Amino acid sequence: MTVNETLAQASNAMVYGSMTAFTGAMVAFSISLAKGRKLESIEDAAQRTSTSHQVRMGSTATLDKPAVSTALTDGEDLGEGRRAGNIGMSLTWLGTLLLGAALLFRGLSVSRPPIGNMYEFSLAAGFAVSLTYCLLSISRDLRWLGLFITVPVLLDLGLALTVLYTDSAQLVPALNSYWLAIHVSAAIVSFGAFTVGAALSALYLVAQVAEDRAADGKEPGRSAAIAQRIPSADRLDLMSYRIHAFMFPIWTFAVIAGAIWAEAAWGRYWGWDPKETWAFITWVVYAAYLHARATAGWRGKKAAYVAIGGYATILFNYFIVNIFVQGLHSYSGL
Amino acid sequence: MATMRWLWRQLTSMRVALILLFLLALASIPGSIFPQRGTSPLRVNEFLKDNPTLGPILDRLYMFDVFASPWFASIYLLLFISLTGCVLPRAIEHYRELRSQPPAAPKNLSRLPVHLEWHSSAKVSEVISETATAWKKRGWRVRQGDDWLSAEKGYARETGNLLFHLSLLVLLLAVGYGGAVGYRGTVIVREDSGFANNVTQYDTFAPGRVFGADQLPPFAFELKEFEATFQRGGQQNGAPRAFRAELMVKDEPSAEPRAVTVEVNHPLRTSGITVYLVGHGFAPEFTVRDATGKVVWQDASVFLPQDTAFTSSGVVKVPDTVPQLGLQGFFLPTVSEDFSNGPVSKFPAADNPEVYLSAWQGDLGLDSGMPQSVYRLDTANMKRIGIEELAPGEVWNLPNSGGTVEFTGYRQWASFVITKDPGKGWALGAAIASIIGLSLSLLIPRRRAWLRVTSSEDQGNLIEVAGLSKTEAPGLADEVLQLSKLVRAPEDKQ
Ligand code: HEM
Repeated sequence: MTVNETLAQASNAMVYGSMTAFTGAMVAFSISLAKGRKLESIEDAAQRTSTSHQVRMGSTATLDKPAVSTALTDGEDLGEGRRAGNIGMSLTWLGTLLLGAALLFRGLSVSRPPIGNMYEFSLAAGFAVSLTYCLLSISRDLRWLGLFITVPVLLDLGLALTVLYTDSAQLVPALNSYWLAIHVSAAIVSFGAFTVGAALSALYLVAQVAEDRAADGKEPGRSAAIAQRIPSADRLDLMSYRIHAFMFPIWTFAVIAGAIWAEAAWGRYWGWDPKETWAFITWVVYAAYLHARATAGWRGKKAAYVAIGGYATILFNYFIVNIFVQGLHSYSGL
Repeated sequence: MATMRWLWRQLTSMRVALILLFLLALASIPGSIFPQRGTSPLRVNEFLKDNPTLGPILDRLYMFDVFASPWFASIYLLLFISLTGCVLPRAIEHYRELRSQPPAAPKNLSRLPVHLEWHSSAKVSEVISETATAWKKRGWRVRQGDDWLSAEKGYARETGNLLFHLSLLVLLLAVGYGGAVGYRGTVIVREDSGFANNVTQYDTFAPGRVFGADQLPPFAFELKEFEATFQRGGQQNGAPRAFRAELMVKDEPSAEPRAVTVEVNHPLRTSGITVYLVGHGFAPEFTVRDATGKVVWQDASVFLPQDTAFTSSGVVKVPDTVPQLGLQGFFLPTVSEDFSNGPVSKFPAADNPEVYLSAWQGDLGLDSGMPQSVYRLDTANMKRIGIEELAPGEVWNLPNSGGTVEFTGYRQWASFVITKDPGKGWALGAAIASIIGLSLSLLIPRRRAWLRVTSSEDQGNLIEVAGLSKTEAPGLADEVLQLSKLVRAPEDKQ
């Protein structure tokens, strides 16, 4: 089958368009943050967090202490930054749609799923990140998070275009399977959501540090500059947990689908190929995160570090293992 | 005894499980950094040769067999002991919980995270019994007191969690079982040649610990045709696009042969074994005649690809002449005009094939009793008598009255991995169960809800509805609101 060059070029143009939109969104979100007002005073948050922290231990939460306070407000008032935030949000939607269209055209140009090499993976991953963010923002106000989403997406797209770019082409036989669509898209979807989860965990750490300082009666440090403009630590922690808990089964599914595919393609369902090994490591670290959240003494900051560590293993698998380590997966057409 | 109990309690604690999980992740890392014997034995040998001091030390630490090493095994075995010790008591506890009623309502409902109250003059006993029915219909387990209800929902969460952890145990057992009783072999088959399933026909054969050779099902196949297509032009010129092997398969000796197409991602499955297409190459055909013109060798010889354009190297050993004759060289499917880096092919398909050979006379060393590679010529006792480039149909008159070599054409060959893993189905079942368990465990909210009616003369009865989430799932307030609407106690209008 041949490659439809017109569609392939249209796809490239849309990637540039999408980057332009995301750049605009990034600027708008920065302005929104800079002008934004506190969502909740750090002192108040510190107070509330310290009372709700002793709450849940393992699956047998004691009944007389509330597990989740439902009284949390969204802190709607972003002050002057509101307009800029809205512009950022619209531009993010635009960038996401353009990126989705770019993927669609790329796929159409070769009549196959557009996830056959690292350039395409990177486009799809950027799309997964921004789409997760957009979908989450439908039912809650996430303008404060926009900057921390558009920056990684732009970095990812920049890398895709400069370092990883590959012309549109057919697949090598090993990738020519419907399992490509199943396994890789599950992995990319989890990757996108884990990116949002890692951003939330990182912001949680910032907020927690600021609240700890406030609780100890110390001068606000640099963390306060950001912490003022994002939700309270316990809320960030909870949001991050929910994303991770929701995505972990999907990541598990991605790994298992990979094993089923490997059984059909390579004659064994698990062979400790470097890529498989790192997928396993990622899985174990996120399992550890979920355990940490249920283990006394590990909730809070330590668990957040584990979540970020899990994300680091994904990045390692993608950039280091794909590019530098020899294995059966080495046909990403770099 | 006390220490044993202490040890057991430590081992089955969440904290130790957590540490073991970290250790497992850490322990896997060297397996991805150093080449592993299981997957790339040649690269291990290379590594050992390149690092004569560091290599053996790493080897003693099992760095080239990480996933078969005692320390890796001890981590996951400890983890699974911990898992069993942790999950079994929880399973018993959960079983009891499933058969018992939710605990009675706490005294003070207003302290709970979600709490609603209103006044109603509805009758206490009616409110209680009607609400109990309505809540049960909504899927709650309800316990009824005189003037209170206590309800719980989401037991499947714990069931899912136990299912998940148990299926991990089953998965481990299935992997171990399959590895022990199965096998894995590789074989190269030329077009128009066959393979019969017995150990001697394999090029490599790796049986499990308790595998018996009599467990090889008696099937056979012939490779009728192999077809490879490649990308022509563009940035990925020469990249493979499709491989296909056409086989005639006899599932058992008395069976009718049936035609089967084996492709990458589409293996042949028969009698518990699976046949995978994993590689391919060329086998140039030669006819070798001695000085008198008698045919002393006529066959296709398997040459192994050296690069992505399928520059392939191999040898032909002709033992039946005096002195013995050896040919060594390259098959080039599409010969390059430029040999400045030696003879190379420029495209993987056989568009313009040639062979580039050197001929050796002397002793092939076949009688020494040492096993010899069929892909290498032992030239210790041989002398090179000439070099030649041949297109199909060309004949080379060897110097030294060595006879003639005719390059008559080529066949292709395909390589197959043949495996048997009886644990596979169990592993798949366990994996699917683990996802189901995990999803239940992480997505189902576990909640409690209460109703209390406090009778009072002057204001009408006080109706209180409260809820508590035992997990961090969202939506508790909504759920409690829905429950409150099911309470048959209309609010009094003041
Ligand atoms: C092979 C090792 C293990 C893996 C991969 C693993 C994985 C997981 C995962 C992914 C969860 C999250 C599900 C949830 O939160 O409900 C979980 C929960 C849990 N695991 Fe494990 N686990 C392992 C071993 C253990 C061991 C040894 C213990 C006991 C010491 C244990 C006790 C628990 C408990 C109590 C929960 C529920 C936590 C909660 O309520 O949030 N697990 N496990």
